[in-house]
Amino acid sequence: MKKIKKIKIKINGKIKSISQDSKLSVVLKNLKIPLNKVAIELNQEIIDKKKINKIKLDKNDKIEIVHFIGGG
Amino acid sequence: MVNLKKDSLIIANKKFNSRLIVGTGKYKSMSECAKAIKLSGAEIVTVAVRRVNISDKKKPLLMDYIDPKKITYLPNTAGCFNSKDALRTLRLAREIGGWKLVKLEVLGDKKNLFPDMIETLKSTEVLAKEGFRVMVYCNDDPLMAKRLENSGADAIMPLAAPIGSGLGIQNKINIQIIRKQTKLPLIIDAGLGQASDATISMELGCDGVLVNTAIAKAKKPFEMALAFKNAVIAGRQSYKSGRIDKILMGNPSSPSKGII
Repeated sequence: MKKIKKIKIKINGKIKSISQDSKLSVVLKNLKIPLNKVAIELNQEIIDKKKINKIKLDKNDKIEIVHFIGGG
Repeated sequence: MVNLKKDSLIIANKKFNSRLIVGTGKYKSMSECAKAIKLSGAEIVTVAVRRVNISDKKKPLLMDYIDPKKITYLPNTAGCFNSKDALRTLRLAREIGGWKLVKLEVLGDKKNLFPDMIETLKSTEVLAKEGFRVMVYCNDDPLMAKRLENSGADAIMPLAAPIGSGLGIQNKINIQIIRKQTKLPLIIDAGLGQASDATISMELGCDGVLVNTAIAKAKKPFEMALAFKNAVIAGRQSYKSGRIDKILMGNPSSPSKGII
């Protein structure tokens, strides 16, 4: 059986190991991210949430997932 | 009686019946925050943009407690100390669900939390060009307020005193000068400590007030939320009613004719 290569990415500052060529949509789904309540940045660029299943992640990619919290 | 139904607050072509905007920070819990907001009657709440906690997926979400379809979320850039971070934050906020009405707050000093007006002005210009409707936290400086207006701000939000200080309005004269020079919504943002501070703000001719700490950190936040609601209404009614002139000496309320 061919072993799937793992790559390391950073999500919200934390290092995560994922399978190479993982799609952004799959990673977000695994994290149970409620897409209608967040915004996503990939390497400091805002991602159109409609296009996340077309984006393949690369090693050292930096993802930021933000939402609204209480603030003044 | 002043018909307050017809006395709406209009910001960026949107009508609001309440002139009290409240922050959603510093509460003990989300449910306490939601209840205080309900009691305050506020229709706009400020919110912060922060990282999702990816390790604790069960953490309650603000949107589960405060319905953004019923209450207008006003994304705020609190915690940003330069234009770049503020722009990044608001572009992300817009992406969450199409929010174009935002509050810009670029701070300049970690201790007094005064706004950095140069960075604020720069950011206002960029945001207005990008189609944002920007409510701008600023100093109580009439010249800066004018420059913000010329840069495309949708509301001018001068501080009463440093954020969270509870000191109340420190510079009534400047606030009145800003009021005289602008037709934009003028909203006192930051530094209020008690309900009467809101009344004074409204009596100076402000269109609204934004309060967070004074409600959230009051010993009884629910009662204080209600007090601020009433204080804003009282101040607005007082302003619209046209106060009497101040005179130095006494002027009896009862007629002197017919005294026995």
